[in-house]
Amino acid sequence: MRILSDVPVGDIVKVKSNDAKDSLKERLLALGLTNGADIEVLRKGPKNNLTVFRIRGAMIALRKEESKYIKIM
Amino acid sequence: MGLTVQSMKRNSMNDVRLIDNSDNKYVIALAGNPNTGKSTVFNYLTGLKQHTGNWPGKTVVNARGEFKHNNKDYIMVDLPGTYSLFTSSKDEEVARDFICYGKYDAVVVVADATCLERNLNLVFQISEISNNVILCINLIDEAKKKNIIIDKEGLESELGIPIVLTAARSGIGMQKLKNTIEQVSHNKKRYEPNIVKYNSNIEKNIETLKPFLEKLNISNTRWTALRLLDSEEDVVPDKQLHSLLNKANITVDKEVIREQISEENYNYANKLKQNYVSEDIKKINLDKKIDDIITSKIFGIPIMLSLLGLIFWITIQGANIPSQILSDILFGFQDKLTLLFKTLGVSDFLIGMLVDGLYRTLAWVVSVMLPPMAIFFPLFTLLEDLGYLPRVAFNLDHMFKKSCAHGKQSLTMCMGFGCNAAGVIGCRIIESPRERLIAILTNNFVPCNGRFPTIIAVSTAIFITSKISGGIISALSITIIVVIGILITLLVSYLLSKTLLKGIPSTFTLELPPYRAPQIGRIIYTSIIDRTIFVLSRAVLIAAPAGAITWILANINIGDFSILIHISNLLDPIARMIGLDGFILMAFIVGLPANEIVLPVLIMAYLSTGTLTDIGSSEYFRQILIDNGWTYLTALNVMLFSLLHWPCSTTLWTIKKETGSIKWTVVAFILPTAIAFIVCFLTTTIYRLIF
Ligand SMILES: Nc1nc2c(ncn2[C@@H]2O[C@H](COP(=O)(O)OP(=O)(O)OP(=O)(O)O)[C@@H](O)[C@H]2O)c(=O)[nH]1
Ligand SMILES: [Mg+2]
Repeated sequence: MRILSDVPVGDIVKVKSNDAKDSLKERLLALGLTNGADIEVLRKGPKNNLTVFRIRGAMIALRKEESKYIKIM
Repeated sequence: MGLTVQSMKRNSMNDVRLIDNSDNKYVIALAGNPNTGKSTVFNYLTGLKQHTGNWPGKTVVNARGEFKHNNKDYIMVDLPGTYSLFTSSKDEEVARDFICYGKYDAVVVVADATCLERNLNLVFQISEISNNVILCINLIDEAKKKNIIIDKEGLESELGIPIVLTAARSGIGMQKLKNTIEQVSHNKKRYEPNIVKYNSNIEKNIETLKPFLEKLNISNTRWTALRLLDSEEDVVPDKQLHSLLNKANITVDKEVIREQISEENYNYANKLKQNYVSEDIKKINLDKKIDDIITSKIFGIPIMLSLLGLIFWITIQGANIPSQILSDILFGFQDKLTLLFKTLGVSDFLIGMLVDGLYRTLAWVVSVMLPPMAIFFPLFTLLEDLGYLPRVAFNLDHMFKKSCAHGKQSLTMCMGFGCNAAGVIGCRIIESPRERLIAILTNNFVPCNGRFPTIIAVSTAIFITSKISGGIISALSITIIVVIGILITLLVSYLLSKTLLKGIPSTFTLELPPYRAPQIGRIIYTSIIDRTIFVLSRAVLIAAPAGAITWILANINIGDFSILIHISNLLDPIARMIGLDGFILMAFIVGLPANEIVLPVLIMAYLSTGTLTDIGSSEYFRQILIDNGWTYLTALNVMLFSLLHWPCSTTLWTIKKETGSIKWTVVAFILPTAIAFIVCFLTTTIYRLIF
């Protein structure tokens, strides 16, 4: 099972499931991280803490703690 | 709508209730994703000056303004940005409550033309609530630059709502927007939004619920049914309504339903984008290229520090000559003023108070504070408008994470550079109460408008020895002071989350908005009018009486000494321990209502006691300080104390309002004060050990 936080920079992947809970889930859904969404991994920040993704045309930075909930195809 | 404002016992509704169209005014709400230009549209239409900035979360409370169009009055409500109606931070709640339960005649959804797919999600959600929706696709100029082409007519017929393409900042399309607002709010033209149809299971449940809701006279049955199926009581607060699910024998997993609804909304948004928007990948990747440098692991932080240093250097160098000219003029006028009063036969005491007290303090405030502010604020706003602040948050996030604070605390910290009270209110973008408190309590550790002039003036006076290298050293010292402030912020956040406010960091998402070309003219205008004049007039208003009172205290004797000296003597022992003197500490205490007046009061106090006769004014300030025994240590500690000490009374009052707690307000006072004393005590002790 691959998760979003493991995807290397430059790859484009599709969301399989969004397993976050509660308000995080709500936020991620609002940003467009729904099943089947295309996500491009753009860049990792200092200490590989934040990663920038292109989600639905916007640049969104997520920590590993958040992106680990996203399973990808 | 069946649900009334009264049934929502929420604070956020207070703002909403203030807005009613009692006198036949049409109420228009401005909603949309964060950072799409809602406040810019608002400002254009109402002529007001809501703050705008290129980062998500600039507006956190409702703002209200009015405009006239074709002899009709409109009330416009600028809402905080929100990604969806179901998210949970405080500022988004304000927007959601207004859209779901407020009274309005039309909603303008402001969308970003360069990111339409994401923005459409909210458009769909709002179309489910109201028929009077206008889609304002803003930033069309930015879209043009990126070769993004939108088929407006196609989209319009697909969505069933009127669409206006605008570039609010330059006023393009605004006339059209006003006309559309008129048509829709007066119901001149009826629109029926094509709302998203969900899967058969959801649609079946909606149909089952509808009769029950109709019996209760709830007007918007589809929307309410959907929210009963997918939300808890935070969205539909009426408990009775939720029990309808039982009555109708519906068992659903709300989480799954919400997920399906979001997915279908987004699939539709994606389809619309495929069909009606064409873009040019190469242009879109330009931002990415810039970010590869600005937010790179290696250069990110060094670039940030150099930018900060550069801003200070430009400020110091640029302020030099205007300061000189202003002070020559203003202090030159002082003698004429004295002469004038003398010929008018005014008593010496009154002349002393008015000229040596009031006028001289004012002259000082204007000549020393005005030029640096007029340079510093526009530069800072420039970075904000470019879209640099979220990049700062990005670069610093790993440190904030280490100190168990919220990632967005770096954004609220940046707001504090303008004004700590604004920074404290800005903390509403942080959802978790624990982290919001940490951000509130530590906001004071970045210098605000009121304290920058103090820090800049002291560093310029003490560290300038030669014109060129002195400027660099001053800039460097201010940068170091700011860095110390940030480090203390991190340290205190860490300690708080290990003691009073235990917990782990909550989740966090950060949008990096596209870089946008700033409007130089507007920046200069707003930062001079909004910030510089505001800070200066506050300083003048408080400094004038403070100057006069200080002069009186310095000239009324009890025993052998003036009252001022008595006070100063009282404070002197404590002040010496932290490398200051009694007068300095007194000035900081007097500065509680406004940090801007600390230096003017101090100068006043020094001048009124010393036997100083006017020396050539170029070296005036520096000479006063040195004559009063200032060393490098004094200068350093004044800067540190100014950086770290108690927040001004406005900020404290705001903290009380935002936290609703006396206890945390007291902590917000004591914590920085203790830290200021400890840090200055340490530097003093070390300095004395060495020298
Ligand atoms: N180029 C361009 N820039 C714009 C336009 N409209 C707004 N901006 C800029 O976009 C940024 C965001 O504008 P705001 O009006 O603060 O956005 P907002 O939607 O109120 O943002 P929040 O309050 O954070 O939700 C600012 O830097 C504006 O100057 C436009 O039509 N063209
Ligand atoms: Mg705004």
